[in-house]
Amino acid sequence: MPEPNRPMLGSLALIAIVIGAGAAAFAYTAGWFSPQRLTPTRLVEALAPAAGPSLGHRRNHAKGICFTGEFEANGAGSELSKARVFASGRYPVLGRFNLATPDANAPDAKVRVHGLGIRIATPDGQEWRSAMIDPPVFAVSTPQGFYELQLASKSKDANAMKNFIAAHPEFAAFGAWAKNAPWTDSYAEDRFNSLNSFVFVDKAGAAHVVRWSLLPAAQPVSISPDDLARRGPDYLEQEIARRVAGAPQHWAMVVTIASPGDPTADPTKAWPPDRRTVEVGTLVVQKIEAERDGPCRDINFDPAVLPTGIRPSDDPFPAARSAAYMKSYDLRTAEAKDYPRTTTGAKP
Amino acid sequence: MTGVRQRFTPLQRLLHWLIAVCILAMLFIGVGMVSTATPKFLPLIAIHKSLGIAILVLALIRLAVRLRYGAPALPADLPEPMKLAAHLSHYALYALMIGMPLIGWAMLSAAAYPVVVFGGVRLPAILPQSDSLHTWFWDAHFYLAFAFFALVLLHVAAALFHALVRRDGVFEAMASVSIHDEVAPAE
Repeated sequence: MPEPNRPMLGSLALIAIVIGAGAAAFAYTAGWFSPQRLTPTRLVEALAPAAGPSLGHRRNHAKGICFTGEFEANGAGSELSKARVFASGRYPVLGRFNLATPDANAPDAKVRVHGLGIRIATPDGQEWRSAMIDPPVFAVSTPQGFYELQLASKSKDANAMKNFIAAHPEFAAFGAWAKNAPWTDSYAEDRFNSLNSFVFVDKAGAAHVVRWSLLPAAQPVSISPDDLARRGPDYLEQEIARRVAGAPQHWAMVVTIASPGDPTADPTKAWPPDRRTVEVGTLVVQKIEAERDGPCRDINFDPAVLPTGIRPSDDPFPAARSAAYMKSYDLRTAEAKDYPRTTTGAKP
Repeated sequence: MTGVRQRFTPLQRLLHWLIAVCILAMLFIGVGMVSTATPKFLPLIAIHKSLGIAILVLALIRLAVRLRYGAPALPADLPEPMKLAAHLSHYALYALMIGMPLIGWAMLSAAAYPVVVFGGVRLPAILPQSDSLHTWFWDAHFYLAFAFFALVLLHVAAALFHALVRRDGVFEAMASVSIHDEVAPAE
């Protein structure tokens, strides 16, 4: 029992301080006192167009179409990574061709960057997920730069992009590609690049910093954006469905190995063209399915889902992308009613 | 057991403090990781999953030990509402210690994420892929995390109240480092 004369005020105050400090530390950790912190939520919100996000869809790369196929590993990658996916064999692939736009209904000719997400599953229960795009370099060096690019590109201030480019000289290489590189008339003709670097770990435990690309077997046919627009707003999806129905489409997976001193943490900087490359296998796209009821719909092509034998490098993007993709996934799966399935028996 | 135990057994005290550290770390890592897009995100989320499974295992052991050895009786003069609050909050803490890891595991399963803990141990999916189930378990994990932290604060406040204000031995029943089982004669 408390002693009747004991001054309790001090004890109660101490308890209040302990609890208050605990709550404050928690709130600080959660970022409630840090409005400038680049949170996944803030990144994802910055992607939304003026009219608001496409509910039920990915917050970026919102327009896309599913595919299934195989990855045929030729065994050459085993020299670089102990991941099972590089051991000679055929492994099932789930993937998605997409356009880098937050608008699920954007016309194809309005979107400069094409993307491809894949998930390769191996019999040891591991998965390798990757999301690649077709420019040869990324637009910005840091996730903060990416956030600022989103704000600038939708700003009402006429000078916003000019100011952004002045503050981000690394944007120039991507800007030149966007302006001058030919557009393709098919996803099958696109070269898709990881751009981010990762670390392959071989059986001896040695680390190799790499980037990878998917090189199309199909010959690229260039097309002007105007001509692409005339073929219809969803031409690319219709075309890839037709093409794959006619014959499976192939991409060679080529791994490029960095030399010491190469810029592994900056995806705006290409590595010198003489770097060693190893062709590790072939992606075979066998079947196209619409996204609405398709198997890629509720898969997050999170670039940080890696098998043993591949791990993130000092490139800051895979972590930022993983955080933002997860936020996007949480949002869109909660909005499924805004993007209803059509298949009989499908989940609501 | 012939007497009334004054303290929790040394094993119970060890489990309590071990789990306490894990849960506090878990709650802070949880709110921290979902509010960062820095490279820390990946190690934090990896630790969060491994620590969650560790807490699940420790909490199940602790529940078994509690069912075997029970708990010291609360002071006879403790007001009934406080006794009720103590009992209910302990039920809630056990439910959250065991439930939160399972809810997190279910949430990842429903999203078809691989669940990999301790640097390479693959856990099976405990739910089929489903956007509606993912949303349900995500909401549960999110809101219960805040409820859990609030309950932890309440627990700490109550423990300090026993230690500093009532000074009735309830705090010492768990906080003592003595390994001697002090058993009072049965009343």
